[in-house]
Amino acid sequence: MAKTITFKPLDIGFWLAWLGYIVFLGVAPLIFSSNLGLTVLSQIGTVIIAALSYNMLLGQTGMLSFGHAVYGGLGGFIAIHAMNLVAGGSLVCPTSLIPLVGGLGGAFFGVIFGWVTTKKSGTTFAMITLGIGELVASAALTFPEFFGGEAGITTNRVIGHAVLGISYGPQRQVYYLISAWLVICTIAMYAFTRTPLGRIANAVRDNPERCAFVGYNTQKVRFLVVVLAAFFAGISGGLGAINFEIVSSENVGALRSGSLLLFTFLGGVGSFVGPILGAVVYVFSLELLSKVTQAWPLYIGLLFLLIVMYAPGGLWSVVQMNMRIIKFQLFRQMLRPYAVILCAALPLFLGITTLIELAYARQLDVGGDAVVRIWGLPMDVTSLMPWLAAFVVAVIGAALFRRAARGFSLAWGRVHEIIAERTAGRGVSA
Amino acid sequence: MSVPLAIELRDLRKSFGKTEIIRGANLKVPHGQRFAIIGPNGAGKSTLFNLISGAFAPTSGEILLNGHNLAGLRPFEINRRGLSRSFQITNIFHRLSVFENLRCAVLYSLGYRYSFWQSLEKLADARERAENVLELIGLKRRSETPAGLLTYAEQRALEIGITVAGGAEVILLDEPTAGMSRSESDHAVELIRTVTEGKTLLMVEHDMSVVFGLADQIAVVVYGEVIACDTPERVRANAKVQEAYLGTPAEALDE
Amino acid sequence: MLSSGLTLIFSMMGVLNFAHASFYMLGAYFAYQISLWVGFWPGLIIAPLLAGLIGALFERSVLRRVHRFGHVPELLVTFGLAFILAEVVRLIWGRAPVDYRVPPSLDGPLFTIFTTNFPIYRGFMMLVAVLMLLAVFLALTRTRIGMVIQAALTHPEMVEALGHNVPRVFMLVFGGGSALAGLAGVIGGNAFSTRPEMAEAVGNIVFVVVVVGGMGSLGGAFLASLLIGLLQTFAVSLDWSFAGALASIGLPVTSATFGYPVLRLTLSQVAPILPYLLLVLILIFRPKGLMGTRED
Repeated sequence: MAKTITFKPLDIGFWLAWLGYIVFLGVAPLIFSSNLGLTVLSQIGTVIIAALSYNMLLGQTGMLSFGHAVYGGLGGFIAIHAMNLVAGGSLVCPTSLIPLVGGLGGAFFGVIFGWVTTKKSGTTFAMITLGIGELVASAALTFPEFFGGEAGITTNRVIGHAVLGISYGPQRQVYYLISAWLVICTIAMYAFTRTPLGRIANAVRDNPERCAFVGYNTQKVRFLVVVLAAFFAGISGGLGAINFEIVSSENVGALRSGSLLLFTFLGGVGSFVGPILGAVVYVFSLELLSKVTQAWPLYIGLLFLLIVMYAPGGLWSVVQMNMRIIKFQLFRQMLRPYAVILCAALPLFLGITTLIELAYARQLDVGGDAVVRIWGLPMDVTSLMPWLAAFVVAVIGAALFRRAARGFSLAWGRVHEIIAERTAGRGVSA
Repeated sequence: MSVPLAIELRDLRKSFGKTEIIRGANLKVPHGQRFAIIGPNGAGKSTLFNLISGAFAPTSGEILLNGHNLAGLRPFEINRRGLSRSFQITNIFHRLSVFENLRCAVLYSLGYRYSFWQSLEKLADARERAENVLELIGLKRRSETPAGLLTYAEQRALEIGITVAGGAEVILLDEPTAGMSRSESDHAVELIRTVTEGKTLLMVEHDMSVVFGLADQIAVVVYGEVIACDTPERVRANAKVQEAYLGTPAEALDE
Repeated sequence: MLSSGLTLIFSMMGVLNFAHASFYMLGAYFAYQISLWVGFWPGLIIAPLLAGLIGALFERSVLRRVHRFGHVPELLVTFGLAFILAEVVRLIWGRAPVDYRVPPSLDGPLFTIFTTNFPIYRGFMMLVAVLMLLAVFLALTRTRIGMVIQAALTHPEMVEALGHNVPRVFMLVFGGGSALAGLAGVIGGNAFSTRPEMAEAVGNIVFVVVVVGGMGSLGGAFLASLLIGLLQTFAVSLDWSFAGALASIGLPVTSATFGYPVLRLTLSQVAPILPYLLLVLILIFRPKGLMGTRED
């Protein structure tokens, strides 16, 4: 039978995106050269690796884990102990390779815990990961030699000789180390999605029953993915150990696991870019949003809920959906609905956030001034006026929003109908 | 030494709790033949399939595939021994494209197993095999469409494609033409005939024209037992079968 | 008591409810607030009702929407709710524990065994728990609504075809479970402390109890909570360790011995981990739990 020749033009967009990514990583410290900027960039780097590793589990293989921080954290502990061993002279290992040590540590625990947890799948798997997470977090206080008790284990990242003048003392050098590992890990994890195991992982996600009937032991597939994901999580942990010079029980705790889950899902688990976006939002919220408002966990939680309900593909899926509309040159039809709904959303947003901020201010103001600035306006938390005003604004906003939402979904539906018509003829999904 | 049968059921029984669904089923399926399993609703046909393919464990009795007892084997192990099945409710990888669906179906049998060090695109034989099946099931122009977006009949065709792509010798099809129109059924019958050429086929069906058009032998299952297993003409004339379907003994079935 | 509410919800909808313990917390906080304004006894009725109302609202507006996306989004949404409720509680009542007290009429010893006082309040708690279990059991098995619930559990479409308003039933069950959790909070909040972290602390153990006992089985949950309670009480009070055991048979263990950190652990130190170990073991070897009817 004649072999079909497939013509695949070089996907310029794809290669440009990768190039842009690497270039951006290279020049970012020149743009954001402040200390805060470098710290944030470094943190984003480590979190992206963790989020992508989590996506291997959830987005690629459909495994919801509530205890993924365990692998990153344990990898971090192993890395930090290794660093201390190097400093003490009993181990030889260049600092640049410490993340690899963390990765191997993570993978080691991935094998142990992975074997246990992948015996079951689905919701049961999720519950087991919760149990393991709690187990490790509780164990953290029971084995102070390894976990350092409440305070954790500290280290100094400037160890050994400086090679080529790189001692990893300055934050900028640490940033470049992180970026280098980031590029390696992103390429590796992306490549994984295009291997047989990576594709079969997708199959397991979509239909494990069917997967068994094409010859695969789905449990083995899930186990292997856990180990690989744990490896990358461990690298992230190792980088964190270098960056912060401390690892504590917090790194394996439920809060860390939960945050990883929340932000990765927020960014978008169906895609490769989603988790990267999620990681950026994570660090931004943690470092920057937290300085603007005390209520930031609440806002993030509400955003998360909205995403799960209305855009389960995450923020990136929202971007993608709009990009698709633009590609079909139908965005003009959405301009007005967008404008309307954003205008309606504004009072709703202002009202609710003001109420929340007022409540926080009242909560924390004990003994301080009763007057706070919200949205630039001074408000007296003890008087009824601001509360009432905010409430009224919120209610009006809600009513307006409901009206606008109806129009918006109509327009949205219409646009997608047109797209569906246009693609049906081609027999190809656009 | 005689060639072992493709499938043999010996006094197979299956109970769910106190209810016995399969009550001593016996069946002999030689290689290279096309068998249809028919019977009134609730007779246990799907249960039989689930037993043979390893989804359930029998309460007692034996299931032999090429002479080997399948007791205790899990579905993927049974699949690796050369048995593949389709499902009554379409069971495909809905988020993957049609082509990827088929590619997944061939990966294991081509030996790529759990490899994460090879690039999928470079596996020429996987690509070629998948494209062949794609051509066969007539979905070439839909090859990049996510499987979840296909029409019902297209999904059924894909279902059959995935079932045969791995090259299994024994094929089990569970109501392959369920929900299809007349023309779609005819199309499906042709497809089934082509893809099962030279293989052993076991098919549960309700559509009699499909059954009589394809089957070399028909097994009639009533209340968990195989009450008849014979060529189509003889089964038609079998009094027990008529009684099972019509409720009372009939003098003759209309042609 | 908390566990039976969770079991009820889970068996009902297949939704493992992260936020369940949060309703426990809400119940406690509501009761606290009401006890400040009116007193304990009205709180006993009103707080669970409020909790149940919020639960039902949540089911109606949020859970129902994501139900069709699958199990994962359902879990995530209850996870999100738990997170938000904890923040909201911090928002309204602050981060420190609040002073929610046992009412004076129920304070004091009921009777004395040997030298230990058995507080009236414990007795009261047990009484409420038993009554509640009984009520739920009867409601499920004897009333018509109970039958509808049990049927809707496995065949929601059929039940709906028969004319019952299945979504409303789901909402009722979720609300009911939340109310039960709230009731537990009213009772428990003043015996144990009432603080924003209480949901987490309790929630974990409750999950373990439900899964160990078997999802879908009230009796199993009861058994499991007894088992775990006993386990923890004994473990905490015992100071055994491998090191001690080895020493008693003449093999002294010193800090130089290999594996010393593990060997010298006493049972009491390991106590907090035990329930999770049990959870993991059960999930591996007997995933249906001790008396479970559903595996999911």
